Amino acid sequence: MKKTYNNKAWFFVLPVFIMVAFNALVPLMTVVNYSVQETFGDNVFTWSGVQWFSDTLTSDRFHAALLRQLEFSAIVLAIEIPLGLFIALNMPKKGFWVPVCLVLMSLPLLIPWNVVGAIWNIMALPDLGLLGRAINSLGIPYNYTRQPYSAWFTLVLMDVWHWTSLVTLLCYAGLVSIPDAYYQAAKIDGARPWAVFRYIQLPKLRHVMTIAVLLRFMDSFMIYTEPQVMTGGGPGSSTTFLSLDLVKTAIGQFDLGPAAAMSLIYFLIILVISWLFYTLMMRNEEA
Amino acid sequence: MAKISIENLRHSYLPEPTRDEDFALKRVHLDWADGGAYALLGPSGCGKTTLLNLISGLLHPTEGRILFDGNDVSALTPEKRNIAQVFQFPVIYDTMTVYDNLAFPLRNRGVDEGEIAKRVASIAEMLELSSSLKTRASGLTADGKQKISLGRGLVRSDVNVIMFDEPLTVIDPHLKWQLRSKLKELQQRIRRTMIYVTHDQTEALTFADQVVVMNNGEVVQSGTPIELFDKPRHTFVGHFIGSPGMNLMPCEVKGSKALVAGAEIETANAKSAKGGKLELGVRPEFIQLAKKGIDANIVKVADIGRMRVVEARLGNGQPLKLIVPEGEDIPSSNVKLAFDPSHAFVYVDGWLAGDMRGSSTAVGANS
Repeated sequence: MKKTYNNKAWFFVLPVFIMVAFNALVPLMTVVNYSVQETFGDNVFTWSGVQWFSDTLTSDRFHAALLRQLEFSAIVLAIEIPLGLFIALNMPKKGFWVPVCLVLMSLPLLIPWNVVGAIWNIMALPDLGLLGRAINSLGIPYNYTRQPYSAWFTLVLMDVWHWTSLVTLLCYAGLVSIPDAYYQAAKIDGARPWAVFRYIQLPKLRHVMTIAVLLRFMDSFMIYTEPQVMTGGGPGSSTTFLSLDLVKTAIGQFDLGPAAAMSLIYFLIILVISWLFYTLMMRNEEA
Repeated sequence: MAKISIENLRHSYLPEPTRDEDFALKRVHLDWADGGAYALLGPSGCGKTTLLNLISGLLHPTEGRILFDGNDVSALTPEKRNIAQVFQFPVIYDTMTVYDNLAFPLRNRGVDEGEIAKRVASIAEMLELSSSLKTRASGLTADGKQKISLGRGLVRSDVNVIMFDEPLTVIDPHLKWQLRSKLKELQQRIRRTMIYVTHDQTEALTFADQVVVMNNGEVVQSGTPIELFDKPRHTFVGHFIGSPGMNLMPCEVKGSKALVAGAEIETANAKSAKGGKLELGVRPEFIQLAKKGIDANIVKVADIGRMRVVEARLGNGQPLKLIVPEGEDIPSSNVKLAFDPSHAFVYVDGWLAGDMRGSSTAVGANS
């Protein structure tokens, strides 16, 4: 059969192509452009090759920020995933309380990120805030503007408050989609609750859990607004995560070249970790 | 293994049922012998799955009792009742191997591994799963998965009853037949009580020694496949079982004869018909083309292989179907039909005239 060529069809794709170009390709290429040049203002650019990349990769400051970022994501995932799952497992599956729980769980997700930062900023104030006063009155010295561990504790707590719901909602959706027959069969087979969790619920939740971990990893790895509002990266640079460091470099110091190189590396790290994780989770799928 | 008695069983999904219609299952009495093969047959929503879940203990009855070997088990959990159930959609533990799936119910009961290995091996052989014991259960086809579900029931030697809830729904047509004969063969070999729920008459009639036909939450007839065919106790059974189903014609009664379209037809039970809505029921297999008999016109002839289904109309327009063997001539005009008197029954309000009504409905009707 002869294939008909009708190139008019391309016109239909054109709008999308233009949109994607302006949204993603052009800005990305601009960044690539900056990352290999040196600028002194007045639109004067000189070629610098991979200078900025090697500078960034060998910079102690970058290493420190990357390490903080990895630690933050690890801690946040280690808390939010099990906690979210635990809450989902204990949420009612039918009846009056289902919508109530669902609305309560979605509330934190509806609050704008900078407001979340502001809420916790005020709440954790050691002299005025409810949380800050409460902790101090227990005899534990707490001041997130002075002590790194207090700042970290507050940021982790804030992120857990803000995002555990997302994990819960995803897991809950996965749980309610498990057909009743599985639970009935397990009952008949004499399975204990732990075995039901281990052999029915967990395997059936694998897909949604993968999505949940990926979303939480990417979001926590790129976190900016909340720590920016809450601590501004301090005290010192103890909560200066990659994104905060990047913005400081780009806008604070106007080092466009290094900042561009840094953001490309940042992007690649997220891409590689996400890809690795997804591949590992899905590897046994059709075994 | 156990003898199962169902006494006065009623079930409603509503918290406070009052009217008869509130009950998904309206008063059922049944007695099932140990080691038998039983089928619950009926259309969707007739209450057969409800009855099954009541027996397995997944549901608890609103009223009535279930006895296994004379012991009341109505309040016990499925685990305590020691039953096995195969569901409509194959239930397997995805992450486990076939071996671990089969071993699961035994491990949960603390059986030692040596004994488990022996039992799993023998069940796997019976179900032709021996070669795939080490593979992951999720990789199997639907019929393989369904065999695993069955195997998890068989592997426990002490189960009281094995129940099947439309187990062939998701199986490919050509494998359905295979799996069905496998089931029947297993039943005859191990002689465990098995209850098979289905809406497919072929599955029910080929599997079971005793078929319980249900409609609208009540048992309309319980009997051997032959009984259901020869003497349906309710027009529903006549219509639901057999293909094509029983012919039903509004009629009047005169002595032992039924009057249809002006003709007198000798019947088996017209004498005991009194009051109510009267219908004459005759299966297409028991109507013949004859030299003399009732006048009819032929509307359509469908060849279904070894026989033909003939659609005819009586003088008053009443349609009916009959089966004519291959090779017999079908006259084009002046058609006369003869009904077999021993298989022509009069039904009163749907129930076989003169027959003791099922105890289930007799009680149900009073309440």
